[in-house]
Amino acid sequence: MTDKSHDPNQMTGAAMIVRALIDHGVQHLFGYPGGAVLPIYDEIFQQSEVEHILVRHEQGAGHAAEGYARSTGKPGVVLVTSGPGATNMVTPLTDALMDSIPLVCITGQVPTHLIGNDAFQECDTVGITRPCTKHNWLVRDVNDLAKVLHEAFYVATSGRPGPVLVDVPKDVQFAVGTYHPPRKSDVHVSYTPRVKGDAAQIRKAVALLASAKRPVIYSGGGVINSGTEASKLLRDLVEATGFPITSTLMGLGAYPASGKNWLGMLGMHGTYEANMAMHDCDVMLCIGARFDDRITGRVDAFSPGSKKIHIDIDPSSINKNIRVDVPIIGDAANVMGDLLQVFKAEAKKPDIKAWWQEIAVWRARNSLAYKKNNDIILPQYAIESLFAATRGRDTYITTEVGQHQMWAAQFFGFEEPHRWMTSGGLGTMGYGLPAALGVQVAHPDSLVIDIAGDASVQMTMQEMSTAVQYELPIKIFILNNQYMGMVRQWQQLLHGNRLSHSYSEALPDFVKLADAFGCVGLQAIKPGDLDGALKEMISVKRPVLFDCRVATLENCFPMIPSGKAHNEMLLPVEATDEATAAAFAGGKALV
Amino acid sequence: MPAFAGMTTENDEGTTMNQPASAYFLEERHDPNETHTLSVLVQNEPGVLARVIGLFSGRGYNIESLTVSETESQKHLSRITIVTTGTPMVIEQIKHQLDRMVPVYRVVDMTITGRSIERELAMVKVRGGGDHRVEALRLADAFRARVIDATIESFVFEITGNSAKISQFIDLMRPLGLVEVSRTGVAAIGRGPEGM
Ligand SMILES: Cc1ncc(C[n+]2csc(CCOP(=O)(O)OP(=O)(O)O)c2C)c(N)n1
Ligand SMILES: [Mg+2]
Repeated sequence: MTDKSHDPNQMTGAAMIVRALIDHGVQHLFGYPGGAVLPIYDEIFQQSEVEHILVRHEQGAGHAAEGYARSTGKPGVVLVTSGPGATNMVTPLTDALMDSIPLVCITGQVPTHLIGNDAFQECDTVGITRPCTKHNWLVRDVNDLAKVLHEAFYVATSGRPGPVLVDVPKDVQFAVGTYHPPRKSDVHVSYTPRVKGDAAQIRKAVALLASAKRPVIYSGGGVINSGTEASKLLRDLVEATGFPITSTLMGLGAYPASGKNWLGMLGMHGTYEANMAMHDCDVMLCIGARFDDRITGRVDAFSPGSKKIHIDIDPSSINKNIRVDVPIIGDAANVMGDLLQVFKAEAKKPDIKAWWQEIAVWRARNSLAYKKNNDIILPQYAIESLFAATRGRDTYITTEVGQHQMWAAQFFGFEEPHRWMTSGGLGTMGYGLPAALGVQVAHPDSLVIDIAGDASVQMTMQEMSTAVQYELPIKIFILNNQYMGMVRQWQQLLHGNRLSHSYSEALPDFVKLADAFGCVGLQAIKPGDLDGALKEMISVKRPVLFDCRVATLENCFPMIPSGKAHNEMLLPVEATDEATAAAFAGGKALV
Repeated sequence: MPAFAGMTTENDEGTTMNQPASAYFLEERHDPNETHTLSVLVQNEPGVLARVIGLFSGRGYNIESLTVSETESQKHLSRITIVTTGTPMVIEQIKHQLDRMVPVYRVVDMTITGRSIERELAMVKVRGGGDHRVEALRLADAFRARVIDATIESFVFEITGNSAKISQFIDLMRPLGLVEVSRTGVAAIGRGPEGM
């Protein structure tokens, strides 16, 4: 018999959890305590390697972990209690699943002998979160815990990243078992994401690229997820081919907005040149994007004349919405590396001068133009001013969801990956404020700004208290149009301007609210106020709520009306009321 | 916004509007549906069947038949056979969606390989007397169904075969006093020496 009391790997389940976090290099943990996780909180109390950030609502912990993950490339880690703690995580887990963000969520569960008894704060956590995680586990035996935790980290961060959840009953947290450090055999043998692209397919892709007359590169969040190397390779690829490049909302920053081949974002609120290039191209190279419905517009009219190459790590993304000609399954960086090598060795830059001339004509339409105003702050102007004020700084931007999010994407130029955190797939109002917290935790000296809407910001406003507690100087820049602007815009365009419940009635006084939270409140009402107030926002080293009063009825253009193709965009200068009415009326049959 | 009055009128008596206005592009797809039989090898662990079924219900795929049982107990492997229908694009999606699940080892489309055998077992209870009883027995014989339970007024037949044969047998039993049916769902295996 061996004396187990001296074996350093003998420990309680709760201790194993903290130990596993340390073994996976976790420095920060976002969470909220409760009965079913008290043993874990007790372990956290007795160590100093992992810092726990106490949020005010579990959803906040989830989005904070997402912001942390998105801005670092490392997994975000969350700890919440059973029942309501777990159900409050459903939104961030779903958000992370849609946007492929690596999260490891640990939930407490009622003791194993009570599972199924409708015990206090019991819920079927693995059942509820099965469709909103990449994978999840209920651990019934403390001796399985180490293996499951290590596997959880692996699954979250490998292949197409995503959220995972480990549900740990309270008796398993108390029980003593054997821990082991991470090892290969911890992972299901059935889980083998493919990283390297097929050489023959890559050759086919190169042949297509080399023969292109009207090519376009369409990149997405997968390039960001693949790591900084992928963004570098993407830039090399653009350089080597000379091709124009556009990107999805999630992909902004992989290629610099100041780069000469940049067409701007594509999709429903993308630029005219990006969407026209997508529509008229003859070869499309899609890297780490998924032909989502906000991108394609009408599917049967999507880029009708092009051969399509699609690089994606997830085979289920291929041919899901749009049939492609050359699918390449693999990691974006890995495949781009190989592709670049073959291209450089065997192909030369095709002559696409004529294509660039066509693009120049579309660009000249200046699809993001808006009418300047000296009396009221236009939201576009507010973002441009913010961008100007933060130029040259080490800045990270998060957003909420709505018009402000689209204006941020259109008017804030991202030069680097991992600088732009937004809820793309799920479109979660309330994401940006806690996400900013997570970003700031990871980058304590950087300037972290949540570009917010007046409605969205109220969804997770309570996290200002977290910002104050941990001295996280996040800046909440609210484009306050006193409406759920995006909803109002759709009601105006599609529902006869019947503004049903989209007015932000009884808005709080954000400046006083800031005061109540113990952070700094600022306000700008006139365009002339803006620069000074922005300067102050940036220089003050405390959390700020900035109430930027903008035009209430401004619409977000350009826009592809629903049911229309990319080449039927509505541009802002042309979006007279009559033209808008006509565009949307025609589309109605299909909408 | 009076300037949008033009739109409002259009809206009023829905001239062109045969679908509600929506943020989504509501398009119908008209590709013909196909029926495919998929064999899925999975780690037999708690929740694995729920994952597979949840995938189908969550993404709106059809399940025509689902059969599952552990097939290699030492390795904790189960084999799930799913008969599903959908457009070719949807079938392709289903396979990829299954394949990327962590506890799924392999997904084989038995319909595409074209070299598979499919069988289903059914137990069919028939109640009646006189000519009906005699006719039921005669048909059972023709279909190679076995009697596995009998009373003076009833039989339970056991029949195996492909699904079409079983359905045909059940249809024939209907006028003869069909009481109830229990079917296993389809099990499929490839022909020849190779395993999946
Ligand atoms: C949690 C959640 N509920 C509802 C919606 C639907 N929705 C999308 S945008 C929007 C309005 C957002 O208003 P605001 O935050 O003020 O932003 P604005 O569009 O005015 O810039 C709503 C309600 C959503 N995206 N998320
Ligand atoms: Mg608003």
